[in-house]
Amino acid sequence: MLIRRFFENPAAYRNPFAELDRMRKEMDFLNSSLFNTDPRHAFSAGVFPAVNLTEDKDNFYIRAELPGVKADELDIQTTGKSITISGERKISDEDANARYHRREREAGRFSRILELPGDINTDKVEAGLADGILTITVAKAEVAKPRQITIK
Amino acid sequence: MADSKELKLKEKQEVSIPAEHTRPGPVFTPAVDIFETDKEITLLADMPGVAGKNLNIDLRDDTLTLTGDIEPFEGPDENDILVEYEVGKYFRQFTLSEVIDQEKIEADLKNGVLRLTLPKVEKAKPRKITVNAA
Repeated sequence: MLIRRFFENPAAYRNPFAELDRMRKEMDFLNSSLFNTDPRHAFSAGVFPAVNLTEDKDNFYIRAELPGVKADELDIQTTGKSITISGERKISDEDANARYHRREREAGRFSRILELPGDINTDKVEAGLADGILTITVAKAEVAKPRQITIK
Repeated sequence: MADSKELKLKEKQEVSIPAEHTRPGPVFTPAVDIFETDKEITLLADMPGVAGKNLNIDLRDDTLTLTGDIEPFEGPDENDILVEYEVGKYFRQFTLSEVIDQEKIEADLKNGVLRLTLPKVEKAKPRKITVNAA
């Protein structure tokens, strides 16, 4: 059986290791996509929108790139330690006669919950949208702020 | 809209451009929509974080170049906790096959989306020539 298939497939006849080679390539591809070696994206949740979270002494800052999203299409809520960002990105309909050359921008709904690593003051949450970047400033709760301790 | 789809996360596309920049940093390709009507070509590009003054649109011969610079918006005392996307310049080039009326190009940047209208040159209109009889 093995021999017959060998001769029926001219490609395999020429190079019996071609199949093995193809499998090896596929395994390599799987490895590289599963275990993405780029450490910068190692902790990404894989949910739209991608966010960057930073902190200073008093606040947490959440930033997300949301080009083309208007402020009234966004919904931001806080509960406990988490912030929910949801909304919809709309792309306006163009002329019906327009012929598309490229269509890379996408529209759709999104929703993301982000838990902050410390207690927050839910009364002091501010959000701003400028040039397609959403910035949410979340004040830390008094207990979460670092306190200077003086040595007597 | 109840039937609209869920947005999936797309990683920003990093590009390497032939000429090296003096300032180091990643360069990304903005996502674009390009469509054409009889009168004009319209280009929409997502360039979040680019302010109007930092956007450069250049049309030379048939090559349209878009460059967007980002000003750092993080405060000096901020420490990263989670970094899911990187911030960098935007760069993209297109070759146009149509002749564009350079005088009438319009660019509009709103909410991080650039809308560039490139009107086509009007074809020479037929003109009737009357012969003055002496």
